[in-house]
Amino acid sequence: MLHGRTIRSTIPCGRIRSINLTSDPAGFTVVDYRSIPGRNVVALIADDQPCLAERVVRHYAEPILLLAHEDRERLITAEVDVQYEPSEPLLDPLRSPNVFKSIAIHKGDLEAGFARADEIVEGEYRVGHQEHVYIETNGVIAVPGDGAVTVYGSLQCPYYVQKALRVMLGLPAERVRVVQAETGGGFGGKEEYPSIVAAHACLLALKSQRPVKLIYDRAEDMVATTKRHPAIIRTRTGVTREGRLTAIDIDVLLDGGAYMTLSPVVLSRGVIHATGPYRCDNVRVNGRVVMTNTPPNGAFRGFGAPQTQFAAEVHMERIAERLGMDPVRLREMNALRAGDTTATGQVLGRDTSALAVLREAVARTDFKRRRREMRGTRRGLGLALFFHGAGFTGSGEVRLASKASLELTERGARILVASADMGQGSRTVHAQIVAETLGVPYEAVEVARVDTASVPDSGPTVASRTTMIVGGLLERCAAEMRRTLGRLTPREYLKRHGPIVITKQYEAPTTAVFDEDTYTGDAYGTYAWACDVAEVEYDPVTYEIRPVHITAVQEIGRALNPMLAAGQIEGGTAQGVGYALLEEVVMRDGHMANAQLTNYAAPTTMDTPRIDVVIQERPYRHGPFGAKGLGELPFDGVAPAIANAVRHLGFDVRALPLTPERIMNAPPVRKPK
Amino acid sequence: MRFRLNGKQVDVRAPAMKRLLDVLREDCGLTGTKEGCGEGECGACTVLLDGQAVNSCLVPFGQVRGRSVKTIEGLRGRHPLQDAFITEGGAQCGICTPGMIMAAAALPPNATLDQVRVGLAGNLCRCTGYMGIYRAVKKAQGSGLKAQARTRAKAGTNRTQKAAR
Repeated sequence: MLHGRTIRSTIPCGRIRSINLTSDPAGFTVVDYRSIPGRNVVALIADDQPCLAERVVRHYAEPILLLAHEDRERLITAEVDVQYEPSEPLLDPLRSPNVFKSIAIHKGDLEAGFARADEIVEGEYRVGHQEHVYIETNGVIAVPGDGAVTVYGSLQCPYYVQKALRVMLGLPAERVRVVQAETGGGFGGKEEYPSIVAAHACLLALKSQRPVKLIYDRAEDMVATTKRHPAIIRTRTGVTREGRLTAIDIDVLLDGGAYMTLSPVVLSRGVIHATGPYRCDNVRVNGRVVMTNTPPNGAFRGFGAPQTQFAAEVHMERIAERLGMDPVRLREMNALRAGDTTATGQVLGRDTSALAVLREAVARTDFKRRRREMRGTRRGLGLALFFHGAGFTGSGEVRLASKASLELTERGARILVASADMGQGSRTVHAQIVAETLGVPYEAVEVARVDTASVPDSGPTVASRTTMIVGGLLERCAAEMRRTLGRLTPREYLKRHGPIVITKQYEAPTTAVFDEDTYTGDAYGTYAWACDVAEVEYDPVTYEIRPVHITAVQEIGRALNPMLAAGQIEGGTAQGVGYALLEEVVMRDGHMANAQLTNYAAPTTMDTPRIDVVIQERPYRHGPFGAKGLGELPFDGVAPAIANAVRHLGFDVRALPLTPERIMNAPPVRKPK
Repeated sequence: MRFRLNGKQVDVRAPAMKRLLDVLREDCGLTGTKEGCGEGECGACTVLLDGQAVNSCLVPFGQVRGRSVKTIEGLRGRHPLQDAFITEGGAQCGICTPGMIMAAAALPPNATLDQVRVGLAGNLCRCTGYMGIYRAVKKAQGSGLKAQARTRAKAGTNRTQKAAR
């Protein structure tokens, strides 16, 4: 086995003049773009990102050259001299003329809405990058075969990797096999990036004709791989004296980095969630994601919704402050109810729970009384109301047309899906769904290894879709299998009729129609709803904010496995605490200056408050046993709940993370007129 | 270099400056110990060195001569912590789990929640928010105490029997 290494650009923008391996080349396998047999692209939405830079580099840490060697020490110490002609990088998204995607949502009559308003509240909100910090870094092993290749890797989306490899290697699907190894965390960070790691390992493996192991160390993983998109959100809201929203006008700007990756879809989810879970007849949301000469940003739990809902919920708090109104009352008055329409005009069903989660969170934390009592102390209490649409946006699921299969075994059944378990417990939940539907013990259900040679394409393991969508397909497979078996046991059936495999493909619930030209219609099959209450304490000497307690009330349709569901909520909440208070990617001249866990601080036990989880269930009729998507929801509301608790302390904060420096420099919250 | 590894005397040839983490994984074949950062921040590589939790990525192999190293593989059978991590949701993706369990194994048997938090502060988990880990440690403490009580009770019975004879 050889070890692989990626030589990356050390400037954010410019032309490559020359590349020279200055160490003794003995034993090295060297690959540059000329060794690519197919197209030099990382195939995703747009084929704009090269697998290896040819003449131009567009961001710091862009892959240029690949090396492999048997001896890891020699590989690490090998020196490559790359000469550049640097050019002026574009680092400020506000000044970028290169728009990857823009989206506009229009509802009602904005001008008429503002004309009816008694007050107009405006504000700008900013959030930076966030790094995933999965504890296992990106890594794959590529094994060459006879005109074929097999990749074993830490990844979320085996079929994304397979597609990228097919295009880059110019090989048919049956010659590119992708196997998911046990994956030490993903959170979106292993959605699209593993395609690049796999492509590089394959090029080295095919050239050397030996297996190649390409594992990033922490610094490389942090400096080179995708992050959550930074955002600048400007909001202008019209509101009556009583607190009714009459018009909402939002401008969303995302920094996409140097290549498109998944940015258009991140923007889409961001703009659809930008109003927060509130009813308003007159809405305009303009969103755009632009190019800068920084490493490309990509998928991260929440996928655009955390950025826009941070702005929405801090803005709601500011509206309440302006009106001198109880923030709970303001939210109660405007929260979406069954029968209301969202910004895209989606009519909400009976499983709309904004009010229910808000009331439960307020009651459980004795919110109003405790907030009064804390006034003038070092404690603050704040809340955020939020929602999250599960599954791919718009007609995404229809286009994906995912498949899941179920194979009859002697004891029960074997699940064949491409869903990657990376800790969320999808194998357990899928097996529960099948066991329950088929009427066999849980132990009688096996889950096949995720391997493109043996499982169908059930779509990527993303978008809170693995239980709701893929689990739903498995429920249909198991129901048909049960009908097919009739009164026979699996063993009897196999003996009489031979093996069976049942495959089901996604079919849209008839109600879900979305028009991508006008951005109207049912953006998601359904939404999950949540309200977080955060209690914080601040240190008047150091300006540090310590989170004390978070109560997370979340309505998720049906918790198929309450322990795993609580684990998603607790874990997502802790990541949100990091986003709110600690995690700051320091970008200097287009590269991450703090690419180490020493100075990029993910929450430890000491930084994570007590988290109380309250699960509410209002079944979604198209989800398996009523389940809605859950994975991303818990992240969305933590940062605004904490920011609003900090506002309760009197600091007018509108940007993340809430570091002591930001708190110290924050102006005071203005008292109502 | 001779040292005790999971209770057995071993003799391993490896450079003195090689990281203990790499010696365990590559020279001893014990891949249960994980690397998360290589800079002593995440604790995924935690092992016990003479009973104390250390980051094996920061320990040069030369330092273990004549000492005792315990890795996750050294928790023979199913340790109460391992069971409790499974049943209480203490593990999600699993990459931090071996290090987390070794750090938890080094805690005093009746550690309070505050002591558990401090004791595990060097071990990052990005999945669980730590709540499941606290539940697991607490449960293991309970079953550990029960196990001790059982052992004591058994020993007591034996003594009684011996006395009767």
